[in-house]
Amino acid sequence: MNSLYGTRIFTQIIALISGLIFLGGVFTSTVYAKPENSTFTNSLKLLAQINYKKKEAGIDMLAASNDPRSIDVVKALIGGKLYYVKKNKVVVFANKKEAIYEITSVLTGENLGPIKKRKLKKINTNNRIRTKIKLILNRLNLNHPEPQVRLKAANIILEDLNEGNKDILIAKLATETNVEVRKVLVIASDIADLTSSEPEKQLKALGNLSGCLIPVVYKTLTQLIETEKNKSVKNEIRAVLAGIETRRSIFAFFETLFFGLSQGSIFVLAAIGLAITFGVIGVINMAHGELIMIGAYTTFVIQLLMPNSIGLSLFLAVPAAFIVSGCIGIIIERTVIRFLYGRPLETLLATFGISLVLQQAVRTIFSPLNQSVKTPEWMSGSIMINEVFSLTMNRVVILIFLLIVFSGLLLVMKKTSIGLRVRAVSQNRNMARAMGVHAASIDALTFGLGSGIAGVAGVALSQLTNVGPNLGQAYIIDSFMVVVFGGVGNLWGTLIAGLSLGTANKFIEPFAGPVLAKILILVFIIIFIQKRPMGLFPQKGRAAVA
Amino acid sequence: MKKRFMWLTVAAIFIMTNVLMNQALAGDIIKVGVLHSLSGTMAISETTLKDTMLMLIEKQNKKGGLLGKKLEAVVVDPASNWPLFAEKARELIQKKKVSAVFGCWTSVSRKSVLPVFEELNSLLFYPVQYEGEESSKNVFYTGAAPNQQAIPAVNYLMNEIGVKRWVLAGTDYVYPRTTNKILEAYLRSKGVAKKDIMINYTPFGHSDWQSIVADIKKFGSAGKKTAVVSTINGDANVPFYKELGNQGISSENIPVVAFSVGEEELSGIDTKPLVGHLAAWNYFMSVDTDINDEFIENWLSYIKNKKRVTNDPMEAHYIGFNMWVKAVEKAGTTDSDAVQEAIIGITVPNLSGGYAAMMPNHHITKPVLIGEIQDDGQFEVVWQTNGLVAGDAWSDYLPGSKDLISDWRYPFECGNFNVKTGKCSGQK
Repeated sequence: MNSLYGTRIFTQIIALISGLIFLGGVFTSTVYAKPENSTFTNSLKLLAQINYKKKEAGIDMLAASNDPRSIDVVKALIGGKLYYVKKNKVVVFANKKEAIYEITSVLTGENLGPIKKRKLKKINTNNRIRTKIKLILNRLNLNHPEPQVRLKAANIILEDLNEGNKDILIAKLATETNVEVRKVLVIASDIADLTSSEPEKQLKALGNLSGCLIPVVYKTLTQLIETEKNKSVKNEIRAVLAGIETRRSIFAFFETLFFGLSQGSIFVLAAIGLAITFGVIGVINMAHGELIMIGAYTTFVIQLLMPNSIGLSLFLAVPAAFIVSGCIGIIIERTVIRFLYGRPLETLLATFGISLVLQQAVRTIFSPLNQSVKTPEWMSGSIMINEVFSLTMNRVVILIFLLIVFSGLLLVMKKTSIGLRVRAVSQNRNMARAMGVHAASIDALTFGLGSGIAGVAGVALSQLTNVGPNLGQAYIIDSFMVVVFGGVGNLWGTLIAGLSLGTANKFIEPFAGPVLAKILILVFIIIFIQKRPMGLFPQKGRAAVA
Repeated sequence: MKKRFMWLTVAAIFIMTNVLMNQALAGDIIKVGVLHSLSGTMAISETTLKDTMLMLIEKQNKKGGLLGKKLEAVVVDPASNWPLFAEKARELIQKKKVSAVFGCWTSVSRKSVLPVFEELNSLLFYPVQYEGEESSKNVFYTGAAPNQQAIPAVNYLMNEIGVKRWVLAGTDYVYPRTTNKILEAYLRSKGVAKKDIMINYTPFGHSDWQSIVADIKKFGSAGKKTAVVSTINGDANVPFYKELGNQGISSENIPVVAFSVGEEELSGIDTKPLVGHLAAWNYFMSVDTDINDEFIENWLSYIKNKKRVTNDPMEAHYIGFNMWVKAVEKAGTTDSDAVQEAIIGITVPNLSGGYAAMMPNHHITKPVLIGEIQDDGQFEVVWQTNGLVAGDAWSDYLPGSKDLISDWRYPFECGNFNVKTGKCSGQK
């Protein structure tokens, strides 16, 4: 069974390589092919089969067909633009124009006019076929005039280095002139030298590769150390591996730190609104999570209104969510909470009831299904620092977003007259009233501010998780945790508590698992609260005691 | 005082008319219970199934009903609250006198209503894939057992993709835990070393996947082809796939095969990062058969929304309902015992162009399809089993259950017969 599989792969590789040589030749020198190239015609027939094994054979034949049209066919196939007409199985390129498809025959290049979708069948690809096509395209790209394209292709092939494509990269070394691309090719040749029978060559390659973080190097070395016979080479491998492992673990530490900070930033965003309402008016708002959810739904609605500019809609969503959630917050305060000041248990129950009402309202308005909020291009993917350490874009953006929101909030609290009055009411309500501060309207404003910030957090969360009626519930416990740990009503406390809880969580998670990590953090907080009931940064002044 | 009296009278009249109406109509209708959450967490999946049942019942009534009587759906809302499921089930059976109940989604809810159905001897049709290790006289499992979903999917990855290293990732509750236990035992029996299997559980609705995805990436960089077998529950999937995409893991490096991601779940999300990942089900909306086209058309016109999709549990209800109808016709009555006896061996068409038969262990035969996620949120079938697979209540790969068989035919009637000891333990 095993050997059979091996031979099959081997013949496939041979077929691929020979096909590539032809295709490569075609690509660079555009040999004119006769219209009745039978391999090409047959390969199209195979592509129009349902069976994926046959399609795969079709791709191999296509690569071997020595036909200039092959490259377009392959590109159309991977781009999902290759169809066949159901009736006569003619393979066509199709361009969608609303509900109608404009088709051209692959074989003759003749325009077959518009056709309805039902009469066409898309030629689908699976993972194996896509991998194969991408490999073919990348190999072709090694000869591309643009050095950037060559570099990308070389890197991709290097990532998936095997006996079949090693030689292609090494052969390219003779003609490549670009320094960056050469670097990649040299690594490939060094990896090839690792398995050489001459120990000197091996040692030289090891010297070159020392400290190299590319995964394939580490992979080859770990496999090599098991089989290597030569003692001095084996010791050298061990030393190089140890070096790589130390570097890897240093970067792993930074990676975990980044993960922790980014989770912490979510904690802080979710909790900071709560810190304001809880701290200033002492209301335990169980509906806080739902205000976050409403912020996320606002993002969804704004995206619906402007489907063509996703990035811009996200920027607009921030003030919109602030206003929507803030207004709902003020309404809740004016209609319910206002009558329950000084009765924490009743407030708790009432706000819990409000949270259920809001959830079910969203279910009725938007359906219980999750809504799809799109992520703009600049928020997906990652910034690569090196081969083992990269920062995911969306997390970086959210971390920066948190810092902006936080400093904005600090400014409002410290530098504006509203902030001054809010602080005055929170420190000593009666004294503030005696000085002419209208405490009731400050309460409403503060509640609105806290709710608005929750809405803003919802915009950020819509980029990370599901936008659905249950969004808020997932974050309410974490928010309370952070606020209690940081010290009630202290913005800096919330920031530090959130970030440190997030980081601690991520450092525990690798060996304890996510479930246990959460439990450990909770246990820690319970113990901590026993020792310091007011949290990390207790509020000072007379009000704190009262 | 006067006012209160008036209210009492109104209430009394209301109740009396209600009772009278019920009695007057009881002769001409057959009641069918629909027990799906319409609010709470599970509403996202279960509301669709309620609508499916209403559509099927409406269609059956247009065809002239059943046994010359009209069918009437009795819908209750257990609100994603597991103990409430049991209360509502009791209400359906005892107060509303339904002939059969179609319902439940999560395994906890099924476990919660099970004693009620056994005590009152009524029938439950359960439409969702589940972990197996259960067989009840009163429950018909029209969703997939592990051998109809998990095991064939693993076989596909092993034989067609050449996967050598396995990540079993799941949400922390009974279905993933049992399924992963079965899968681990199965993989070990196929010679996969313990260090090549990584098992990971996360809480419900987990949203921060950074370190787990980083772990998977590390685990997958060891040189052997790696795949993730995911029993991650609906909601947590979106951030999971997003994180995979952001950390640069494509379906070509490390494919993920999921057992809980279907068309309905995909319709609520941005599918870009998911394209090429796999799912194993017994039905896909994209299945190209006439009967499926008809079903989809009926569904879209019933729900009056062109954007809605169909999914696997809906097909399960379609099969289950048709089986029940046929069994009632065969038995000539809706009496539980008679229907139980009649339904074994009943065969109805499924939507993928084949037939589903009710086996003596109350599970049905199904084809197993592996689909790749496309950018339009649909699945493209890339592999399917040669024939139908019969559901196995007791897994052959777990030490406790491999000796057990289930057969509810008269006079054997045992759900967990131990072939080694020759005894029927438990329910008889």
